[in-house]
Amino acid sequence: MDSDYVVSLEGISKSFGGVKVLDNVNFRMKKGIVHALVGGNGAGKSTLMKILTGVYSGDSGTIKLKNIETKINTPGEAQKNGIRIIFQELSLIPTLTITENIFLGHEIKKFIFLDKKEMNRRAAEILEDLGIRIDVDLFIKDLSVGQCQLIEIAKALSENSNILIMDEPTTALTESDTQTLFKIIKKLNSQGVSIVYISHRMKEVFKIADEISILRDGKLVIKKMKKDLNIEKVIDHILGVKVEEKMGWKERETEVSNSALLEVENLSFGEALHGVSFKLRKGEVLGIAGLMGSGRTELLESLFGLNKEAKGKISLDGKPVHLKNVHLAIKKGLSLVPESRMRQGLVMIHNLKENIILPNLYNLIKGFIIKNAFVNKLVKETIKEFNIIALEGMNTFLENMSGGNQQKVVIAKWLKTKPKILLMDEPTAGVDVGAKAEILDFIRNFVRLNSSVIFISSEISELIDVCDRILIFKKGRIIKEFTHSQIKSEEEIHYAIQH
Amino acid sequence: MLFSIKTDAGSNKKKFNLDTYIVYIMFIIVLAIFSLWLGGRFFSVNNIINIAKQTAMISVMAVGMTFVIASGNIDLSIGSTVALVGLVVAVVLQNTNNVILAVFTGIVMGVVIGYINAFLSTVVRIPSFLATLGMLSVLKGFAMRATDIKTIPVLNKTYTFIFGLGEIGRLPTLFFWTIIILLIGHFVINNIPFGKKVLAVGGNPTAARFTGINNQRVITMVFIFCSIAASISAMLYIGRFEAARYTYGEQDLLTVIAAVIIGGTSLFGGTANIIGSVVGSLLMGVINNGLIIGGLKVPEQMVAKGAIILIAVGVSEISRRRRN
Repeated sequence: MDSDYVVSLEGISKSFGGVKVLDNVNFRMKKGIVHALVGGNGAGKSTLMKILTGVYSGDSGTIKLKNIETKINTPGEAQKNGIRIIFQELSLIPTLTITENIFLGHEIKKFIFLDKKEMNRRAAEILEDLGIRIDVDLFIKDLSVGQCQLIEIAKALSENSNILIMDEPTTALTESDTQTLFKIIKKLNSQGVSIVYISHRMKEVFKIADEISILRDGKLVIKKMKKDLNIEKVIDHILGVKVEEKMGWKERETEVSNSALLEVENLSFGEALHGVSFKLRKGEVLGIAGLMGSGRTELLESLFGLNKEAKGKISLDGKPVHLKNVHLAIKKGLSLVPESRMRQGLVMIHNLKENIILPNLYNLIKGFIIKNAFVNKLVKETIKEFNIIALEGMNTFLENMSGGNQQKVVIAKWLKTKPKILLMDEPTAGVDVGAKAEILDFIRNFVRLNSSVIFISSEISELIDVCDRILIFKKGRIIKEFTHSQIKSEEEIHYAIQH
Repeated sequence: MLFSIKTDAGSNKKKFNLDTYIVYIMFIIVLAIFSLWLGGRFFSVNNIINIAKQTAMISVMAVGMTFVIASGNIDLSIGSTVALVGLVVAVVLQNTNNVILAVFTGIVMGVVIGYINAFLSTVVRIPSFLATLGMLSVLKGFAMRATDIKTIPVLNKTYTFIFGLGEIGRLPTLFFWTIIILLIGHFVINNIPFGKKVLAVGGNPTAARFTGINNQRVITMVFIFCSIAASISAMLYIGRFEAARYTYGEQDLLTVIAAVIIGGTSLFGGTANIIGSVVGSLLMGVINNGLIIGGLKVPEQMVAKGAIILIAVGVSEISRRRRN
């Protein structure tokens, strides 16, 4: 019956610059459940949610809330109707405190004054509910990405909402944070709050969702209860093709050499790293598993010359090197795909071309002048080779590209510098299964050339799919090492990380 | 995440963005309005050349300022740099009558002032707004003390020919200075690696650092560029007026910043449009000139000029927002 639905989007279409992004999409959601919305990058998920939250208005179609046709033209109107979104791009203000962010726009007042005490108390309470104990007077800029994500959720919960949209909420969360989030979601469900859950992580979708809608190329492909679907079916629908062979371990085509390309001895950095030693062999993919804050990011940043205070011995090809700055690290053949592609990896306000040429500038000059012919050749080649999808070709602004394609740009610009060692920090965070499989293939192709990769990921299944060896990090130390053949199950690694 | 649709890889078509062209459109509209209003008094070869002369100093400074703004910084000290450098160059000329030595002194002063600005904002890490605000006052004080606020005449004919008064054919040397600085600026931003680094540092300093760019060095270079441009502007001022005075450049800061912003360079860094900055300067010059010929008194001129700047920047901001 129609009245079962708290939200029903009927026949929504939307075009940008003559290109249909949504084509007659119906999206209906019942009360108090988790409804997962899945699809590849550019399938139209975010656009559909932006229509529901009043950021865009649809070219055609209607929105019904509790079976009453409602016009939602601005984000404010969406909020009035209890619709709230937790953004993939964090919407927190770095220079304000946790409390100030949570209550931004609906501050608690005593007469005309801010009631800071009460706000702090309430903020702490909301966060406690989320399972986080943190000083609410801290500034957002001093928090990690993962902590910010939790604050973002707390902010949405601080006001009454009956429809909560979560766009890739677990990207930056650790396994245990994710479990906490799921508990919260179930609690919210029992209070009658409905949740639209957008994610590329199929395992999580199947854990948390009650119902699943799949979008592909702007059309609703299927809408079913979870029990009538399985992961393989969903991935097939997302990609539109059969992909049994896309994911999973692929036997190596080239041998891993026995000689070490990189040797790290006793690397320490402040409180983050305590005497880390390991070898990276030629042609090897070395995985690093560990919780956020285990020192994994600091390891890569130290190798890349970003942490001046890092101490220890680093040798490349048997020769000791002092990687005191990024410039030198790049010269020695290292590249880093950083943890946050928006903050550290890309200049978001620039276009595709400018981002790709940045680390390659000195390969594009004749004399001291940048040759446009070289630039165009490099960029066209890169777009093709890495299958980068961009609406306006090389002039597409990064802001207008999907997460997966943005990430491909970061990887591509570095691979074009022909590094010997590629350091990757969570390169698959927030990208869809299709792009994920492509990224893993980039890694496999890269090591074929006798180059090596250090690969950090919170998704253990991915590490298992591509790594020859996995190091387990905990509190700045390597506590365990698995070779590919030693790994019996994903759970074994999860257990090692957390105990 | 927005959306992405497959098109042929690497197509080179560019969308028409109003905000990129707004300065040219505004320029033509303002030119048309003054021509209709004032007729031959405004729209004559003589007056157009006159505008080009009056604007040269602003244009040169605007090119330098574009670099600083593109890198995500600002230089408020350019007006005082003009005053101090102008006086010192004039004193050197007066005492030695050596043009080459005088010009060399001016350029070296530009390098030193730019380096101090950069040192304060990158090593001491005072935000450039405050660092250069302090320098504005310090340099002005030096300029006033240098000659005890006396005016220094500039009598060397070779000097005044090259810097300000000379004409080649019917074209003033000031016009050539504008073109040369414009071409250099445009070339540096668009055609050599350094220009791309400036834009990257202004667009996202963290990402620039993660790409191996030495942000500190890039910012030092842009401040030096900007101060050299101000020094050249100072030399043009004293050549044109055959004298140096501590008040030169005093009124120019806002005009220069407005020219750069109207020209399509974002005040937040990461973009640069050198041609736009120069056309922006010309627009400012045209407004100034037209209002004077139109017989407006100084108070009315100031109100009208301010209003036109606000309209121009407002229109370009609105069209920029529309695009997103």
